[in-house]
Amino acid sequence: MKPMTSSRVAAAAALCGAPLLADAEPAMSYLHTFGPAGDPATRLGWGLAIISIVVVVVITVLLLAAALRRRLPSADPRALAVHRDEGGMPWLYIGVGVSTVVLVGCAVWTMFTVAAVAMPTQTVLTLQVTAAQWWWSVRYESSEPDRIFTIANEIHIPVGRPVRIELASQDVIHSFWIPQLAGKMDVIPGQTNVTWLQADQPGTYRGQCGEYCGAQHAHMAMYVVADTPQDYAIWVRDQLRDAAAPASEAARLGEQAFTAHCAACHAVRGTDAGGILGPDLTHLMSRHTIAAGLLPNTPGNLAAWIADSQALKPGSRMPALALSGRDLSATLTYLQTLH
Amino acid sequence: MNEAEALYDGAPLPVGSKGRLSSGWWGMVTLIATETALFAYLLFSYFYVASHNGGAWPPGGPPKLYLAIPGTIVLMLGSVTMWWGEKGIRAGRQRQLLIGLSASVLLGVAFVALEGIEWSQKNFTPKTNAYGSLYFTVTGFHLTHVLVGVLMLMMLFVWTLLGYFGVRRHSTVAIAVMYWHFVTAVWVAVFLTFYISPYLAR
Amino acid sequence: MANTDALRVPVVARPADDPSIALRLQRIWETRAGWIGALASVDHKSIGKRYLVTSFAFLILGGLEAAVMRLQLAQPNQALLTPEQYNQLFTMHGVTMIFLYALPVLSGFSNFLWPLLLGSRDMAFPRLNAFSYWVFLFSGIFLYASFPVGRAPDAGWFNYVPYSSLAYNPGINIDLYALGMVLLGVSTTVGSINFIVTLIRTRAPGMSINRVPILVWGTLTASVGNIFAVPAVSLAFFMLWMDRRFGMHFFDVTGGGQPLLWQHLFWMFGHPWVYAIVLPAMGIVSDGLPTFCRRPLVGYTAVALATVTTMVLGFGVWVHHMFATGLPPLSLSFFSAASFVIVIPSAVGVFAWLATIWTGRPQFTTPFLFFAGFVIVFVIGGVSGFMTAAVPVDVQLTDTYFVVAHLHYVLIGINVFPVVGGIHYWFPKFTGRLMNERLGKWTFWIMFIGFNVGFFPMHILGVLGMPRRVYTYSDGLGWSTLNLVITLGAYLFAFGVLLFLINVWRSLRQGERAGANPWNGPSLEWATASPPPPYNFAVIPTVGSRYPLWESQMTGQTGESTTAEGFLLDDGRETIGTSVLDAVPDVILRMPGDSLAPLLLSIALVVLFIGMLVQSWWLFGAALAASLLATIAWLWPEARLGQTMDIAHE
Repeated sequence: MKPMTSSRVAAAAALCGAPLLADAEPAMSYLHTFGPAGDPATRLGWGLAIISIVVVVVITVLLLAAALRRRLPSADPRALAVHRDEGGMPWLYIGVGVSTVVLVGCAVWTMFTVAAVAMPTQTVLTLQVTAAQWWWSVRYESSEPDRIFTIANEIHIPVGRPVRIELASQDVIHSFWIPQLAGKMDVIPGQTNVTWLQADQPGTYRGQCGEYCGAQHAHMAMYVVADTPQDYAIWVRDQLRDAAAPASEAARLGEQAFTAHCAACHAVRGTDAGGILGPDLTHLMSRHTIAAGLLPNTPGNLAAWIADSQALKPGSRMPALALSGRDLSATLTYLQTLH
Repeated sequence: MNEAEALYDGAPLPVGSKGRLSSGWWGMVTLIATETALFAYLLFSYFYVASHNGGAWPPGGPPKLYLAIPGTIVLMLGSVTMWWGEKGIRAGRQRQLLIGLSASVLLGVAFVALEGIEWSQKNFTPKTNAYGSLYFTVTGFHLTHVLVGVLMLMMLFVWTLLGYFGVRRHSTVAIAVMYWHFVTAVWVAVFLTFYISPYLAR
Repeated sequence: MANTDALRVPVVARPADDPSIALRLQRIWETRAGWIGALASVDHKSIGKRYLVTSFAFLILGGLEAAVMRLQLAQPNQALLTPEQYNQLFTMHGVTMIFLYALPVLSGFSNFLWPLLLGSRDMAFPRLNAFSYWVFLFSGIFLYASFPVGRAPDAGWFNYVPYSSLAYNPGINIDLYALGMVLLGVSTTVGSINFIVTLIRTRAPGMSINRVPILVWGTLTASVGNIFAVPAVSLAFFMLWMDRRFGMHFFDVTGGGQPLLWQHLFWMFGHPWVYAIVLPAMGIVSDGLPTFCRRPLVGYTAVALATVTTMVLGFGVWVHHMFATGLPPLSLSFFSAASFVIVIPSAVGVFAWLATIWTGRPQFTTPFLFFAGFVIVFVIGGVSGFMTAAVPVDVQLTDTYFVVAHLHYVLIGINVFPVVGGIHYWFPKFTGRLMNERLGKWTFWIMFIGFNVGFFPMHILGVLGMPRRVYTYSDGLGWSTLNLVITLGAYLFAFGVLLFLINVWRSLRQGERAGANPWNGPSLEWATASPPPPYNFAVIPTVGSRYPLWESQMTGQTGESTTAEGFLLDDGRETIGTSVLDAVPDVILRMPGDSLAPLLLSIALVVLFIGMLVQSWWLFGAALAASLLATIAWLWPEARLGQTMDIAHE
């Protein structure tokens, strides 16, 4: 995928269904990767794929030639082709010999690649990603306590720098996978697996859970946005801020509705809402999708999601809320102030 | 018939179930192989969980040996008495087999009793933690094998009384005894794992 | 016969000179007519056919499950199925195909053919044979009972914890799966024991270990593998059941348990299992292809050794299913290297088959098409596996449709294609009739094309990032068109399978009648009538080479096989026991006849497991007592079998 500019407008437009750039590859394709955590493996993958295709073609040609060259005429189907139980062994010697050399070579190449994709000793950022059924909570670590913050489902990282990812599970086994940046790493309860990412080009990279985790495994996506240093600094500054106090009466009513219906599960920093069962919504409007990548973040989709999440993502842990029309629009108004 | 003449010289062949020539003997060998694999996986599970449990393992400290060591001795004696009993029937001595079977059954039951006492004295249950689950399950699997073995020996006792076995016909005894020795050998492995390895790891 | 002693010189007879031999043996070996006879039968040929029919029934069920799934996936964002329904379907599809079809169908071939291939009258344990079938049938029904009770297992055939634990899956579905698998494990284990002892002890005189057909090598290897592998999965499922229903902590983190313990135990079983379900099928090809190339297999010894090597190495690669779980790099490197090495013995097979075709005179019969086409799909499946052997590549490919492509190429390609070809090949032996050649060729091409159209695009879908086990997907990711093509290809393949079944059905009724050896094949089964009489051989054959029926047309053979003269062994049901390596006769084995004990014990066992499932301990206790009594009755020493001091005579 040719990476887009990191400007929000372009990203939002693209993710809201406008076609990707004309010659773009599909968003989850890892035929090309964009960083050192994935590139050596991509090269190895292409190498193995080419060898595989050559092998299949060669064997197919040999098989067709073998089958057709001395095909039995109907003359005497009962006669044997040979008189002694011998012959043909060079096929095995050569075939198995060549295969062994190729296999050993690929095994050696693989070992070098394992070393090449290992996490560098110095990383600039550590993220603690907690996977839950069926969304991703992300905590930005820092040595300074007041620079720690939590978001959900859309990760921003500085372009060109290695980022350490520590993986924890809230429930079952999941797998953290951003195919255009790196291979999968499973998220296993009871242990903390560590992986890393580095995006060498700015842009948005899609990811999806890579280990079957229940009913909505199909809808557990996430996005990694690689920002230029300036854009990243701006984004972090915005995320660190508490939610702005509601300015209008409608927004204040909305906050009340939100606290009544949503605060048990969701958190908005700077308010009384401190729920941890669902995604942190402090800066909901800074995200391009909702429901773990299921829908573009538009007012219509947000309304549909809050009104009946079960219709859109059956089995999801967000219950279908029987909100009155008034509560729904009030909550919506409030949410849309959470930039 | 060159091939057949080269292979078979016309000597009389045994008929029926004859020691290592019997299908049942080989069947028991393969059964023992698969049960050995089962216990290997059980003990693997123990060591795997142990190695991933960080600090204290076993959680309550190493298990006490004052019941396990006598139990081990009792079970090993049971194998000796059974070996002796089988030796008897191979020479045609039914009485020796009956005595050996009785002794082994009693020793087997004694082992079960000792194990039962030890179980009741543990201050944890299978539900307490992974160690508890593993301890009771592994020793429980073994205990089940002992009980099956005791049942087999009791059936052998009945069949011996019915006069089924003698000098030239005792494969059934050999097969069951093989199983009995296997049960003893498994216990040695379980004992070393649960009772000895915690002391070595310290 | 006045044999009062436990020793006897076996009589050598010539059936051609004495027609009463066949009549006498028929009376001794035939199954009593009627339904009691059918239920009590221990005839390995009946048991083999039952295995084949039952496993094909499960194949159809698994195929229907797949057909519905493919409809759901044909387009993005469809709502033909709810997520829960889809998850149950994909789980049961895997369970059905991998456990209820793939091994039992090969057991079916081996059960029918082994005594014929080995020159014997029965398997080593005839009653155990019947028992393994009944338990298979009942465990399949047990597992499928989950649908009518409304909750099929839905955590995948691999059933990872914690998702399959009580906290996330409280219904009875997972318990059904767990206990059903333990029950099925009993069938698999006793079946494997039977094959191993049969091979070791009951071959015809002269059938030394290096003259045994490759199908026998394949099944033997698979059986030894199963002996060591099945306990791992039975234990894993048992531990899961204990965690779920008895509050234990094998896998749950809060009690100090380990989720990855499940994966290790499961894959320690799972990887050898996948070789168990393909090695016998590869043996079918290694034995069938020579017939249609009019020459012996090239490299018999290499192929036999490669078969064993594959299984041995197969115990050392299980972690390659766990490359993404965060294991230490050293461990990953070892298993990655082993996964590359295991390709080498497979290459032996491929080049042996190619060489056999190249140096032979191929006959384009339906079986030949399947066996030759199999080579291509084998190689495609093999190279996709080779790609996943590389850890850093695998962590991209794993859990995507690339692996779905790989597994179907190896399972459909290496199991189903040889099976269908094998049925065309041995149909005359099983039934006395030939299958329709013209329809057979259409079947092959439709299956081959449909299969490749349906499954090759999955490789591409995988590298375009579509994960596995998703009930739907979004538009705009490049997956939609490919999914539609795959669905169409899958349906074409299913149509091919339907043609095959129609061919079987019609041929049973109106197929051309076959003689003993319609294909002019080389091995001993073609020396019997089609279908064989209940006693297989009127006299035990003597074997002088790997290809007994081709000896007269080849030079340089070491000895002469014969079926015209041999041990008669008619004092009741008898066969000859021979030594392990050189097959020197060393005992006359008395074989059990028909008995209801296997069926009764199977029923008692199923009731036992139902008791465990619903946690009714009085039912469990009663069934346990019944099982023990049935076992004791079964094993009670019998004079007729030569297990007591007094040996009885017919």
